[in-house]
Amino acid sequence: MVAAPAAAPALSGTAGWLAELADAPLPGRRVEEWRFTDLSALTAISPSLATGALHAGDFTLPAGVELLDPAAAAEALDRVVRATGSDQHWPVRLNRAAIAQSHGGVLALRVSGCVAEPLVLARGLSSAGLEARQLVLLLEPGASLELLQVVPAENASGQAAALCALTAVHLSEGANLRAGVLAQGQSGASMLAHWLAVQEPGSELSLTSAVSGWDLARFEPRVVQSAGAAHTQLRALQACTGQQISDTHSFVRFGGPEGTLDQLHKAVADGQGRSVFNGAVQVPRAAQRTNAAQLSRNLLLSDRARIDTKPELEIVADDVKCAHGATVSRLREDELFYLQSRGIAADQAAVLLKRAFCEEVLRDLPAVAAGWSPLAHLLAQD
Amino acid sequence: MIRPDAPVLLEIRDLHASVDDQTILKGVNLTIRAGEIHAVMGRNGSGKSTLSKILAGHPAYTVTAGSVTYNGENLLELDPEIRARSGVFLSFQYPVEIPGVSNLEFLRVATNARRAHRGEEELDTFAFEDLVRERLAVVQMDPVFLDRSVNEGFSGGEKKRNEILQMALLEPLVAILDETDSGLDIDALRIVAGGVNQLASSDNATLLITHYQRLLDLITPDYVHVMAAGRILRTGGKELALELERTGYDWVDQELARLEGGRTPVEVG
Repeated sequence: MVAAPAAAPALSGTAGWLAELADAPLPGRRVEEWRFTDLSALTAISPSLATGALHAGDFTLPAGVELLDPAAAAEALDRVVRATGSDQHWPVRLNRAAIAQSHGGVLALRVSGCVAEPLVLARGLSSAGLEARQLVLLLEPGASLELLQVVPAENASGQAAALCALTAVHLSEGANLRAGVLAQGQSGASMLAHWLAVQEPGSELSLTSAVSGWDLARFEPRVVQSAGAAHTQLRALQACTGQQISDTHSFVRFGGPEGTLDQLHKAVADGQGRSVFNGAVQVPRAAQRTNAAQLSRNLLLSDRARIDTKPELEIVADDVKCAHGATVSRLREDELFYLQSRGIAADQAAVLLKRAFCEEVLRDLPAVAAGWSPLAHLLAQD
Repeated sequence: MIRPDAPVLLEIRDLHASVDDQTILKGVNLTIRAGEIHAVMGRNGSGKSTLSKILAGHPAYTVTAGSVTYNGENLLELDPEIRARSGVFLSFQYPVEIPGVSNLEFLRVATNARRAHRGEEELDTFAFEDLVRERLAVVQMDPVFLDRSVNEGFSGGEKKRNEILQMALLEPLVAILDETDSGLDIDALRIVAGGVNQLASSDNATLLITHYQRLLDLITPDYVHVMAAGRILRTGGKELALELERTGYDWVDQELARLEGGRTPVEVG
C-alpha cells in the first residue's frame, strides 16, 4: 500500500525502510527546518512497526468524552492536518503511513459540554521499532476539557525505539482545552511529535509541554486560529544533556482579526546537549488587532552544550502588537552566592535555581500531571 | 557588652584584598569578641562593603594578604556555605531576588543546613512552619511573604526584614549587617534594629556596617571603627560615631595624608 519512492537514491537498512514508509527520504540538514537537527538517532531502531499502539479500551473516558466514528475521525484529522499546513511534513507522512499499516493506534474522541474529569492518556513505549500514535479530538461548541498526554519514562524492551505521534485537535466556537504533554524519554529512544490544533473564534487553547530524556526529540505544536478572535497559550520546557537533541518548531497563524497568543518557550541545555527552538508566527493582512507575544528563555549549563533559538515572525497586518524576545543565560552568580551565603551548597543552590526556571512552565500543566513528577525527571537529566 | 575575657570570635589581621585587580583593602585589623557589637563607618568606597563580602566568601574578591580567624578556624579557607553553616551571617545591602524559589522553602533549607552542621535534627515542613512563625515576630513580618518567591517584589523594608528573619532562624555567631539601615523609613528601621537587639547575646557578636548615626541611636555599639582607603583609621566607643555625625569625614583626609606621607601609626582607642 505504500509505493516505493520513484527516483530516490536507494537507502539501505532503517533509513531506507523509513523513507519507503513515509514515501519520502529522511529530511537532511540541508533542509532549512531540519538544519540543526540530525535524524540519525532514528536509524538506530529496528525497521519494524511496534505493536504497542493506542487502543480506546486502554483508557477510561470521562463523561462527556465519547468515541468518534472512523469516518468522522479521518475527516477531522485530514482537515486539521491541511489547515495547519502539515500534510507534507515528513513526521506526519511517516505517522499516517505507519498508522495505515499497523491496524490501530488511533484514538478519536468527541468532547461535548464541560467535562469535569481530566482525560489522561498515559502510555510508555512498549517495544522496539517504530510506534505510531494518533489522537484526534473534536471539541464541540462550548465544550471544555483538561487533557494530559504522557509518555512515562519506562522502556520495557531496553532496545532502541522511536515514537511518532500525531495529535489533531479541532476547537469549535467557544471551546476550551487545557492540554499538557509530558514526554519523558530515555536512552535509546527518539520522538517525533506533531501537535496540531485549529481554533474557531471564541475558543481557548492552553498547551503546556515538558520534553526531556530523549536521544532525539522533535516537537511541533502548530496552531491555526481559523478566523482569529481566539486565545492561544503555549508553554514549553525542554531539557537536553549528554548527546541529546531537543528541538521544538512551533507555528501559529492568525486567520482573522483579534486573536491573541501568549507563548513562552524554555530550554535547559547541559552536557553536549543541543537545544533548538524555532517559533513561527504568521499575521496576515486579515489578522488586524492581533496581540501576540513570544518569549524564548534558555539556560545554558555547560560550555559544550548548544542552543539555537529563532523567532520567525511574518507580519503583514499593520494594526497589531507582536512582541518577541530571546535570552540565553547561565545560572546567575549573585543568586548562587546569595543561596550559598545561607548555608546552601553550590550544587543544591544550582538545583533550586534550575527548578525555579522550570517551574514557570510546569505550573501551567494540568494539576493531574503532578503524579508523573515532571520536575524530578527534568532535573535528573544532569 | 565588653568582656575582656570573652572568647575571640573573629580576628582579622592585616587583611589585603582586591577585586578586578584593584586593591580595595589595604591592611584591616579587627578583633571581635563574643558579646560585642561593632560598627564600621566610613564614606562610600572606603572598603566597608568589601570587608563584609570577603567575610562571607564572595567569589569576586581576592584576598592578597593577611588572615581571618573565625572561632579558631581559618575562615578564608572555607566555602561560603560552610561559613554560613558554621555561624557567619551576612545581611546583604541589596538582598537578591530569586523568582521561582519559594521563600519558605529557601528558609527551611538554609535553617536545616545550619542545624545539621550543629548536630541538630533537621526540621520537617510542619516543625519548620512552627519555628518560622515564631521567628516572624522578631521582625513583625507578615506571613504572606513566606509564600512568595525569595525577595521578589518585596519593598526595601520587607527585604531587610527578610534578612533579619534569616538571621533569627540561622542564629549566627557573627552577624555582619551591611548597610541594613539603607532604604528604610524610620518605622522599618526601628523594627529591624529591634530585631537585631533581640538577637544579640553574650554568645554572639554583631558587626554593623553603616554610613549613619541613626542606626546607632537604636543599636548601641561597643566599638566604632572609621574606615578609609581600605584601612581602619580610628577606633573608639559610641561617642566616635556622634563625633563623626558632628564633624563629618573631613578629618579623615588629613589623617590619610599624614599616613601616606609619614607612615606614622595612628593612635587607636
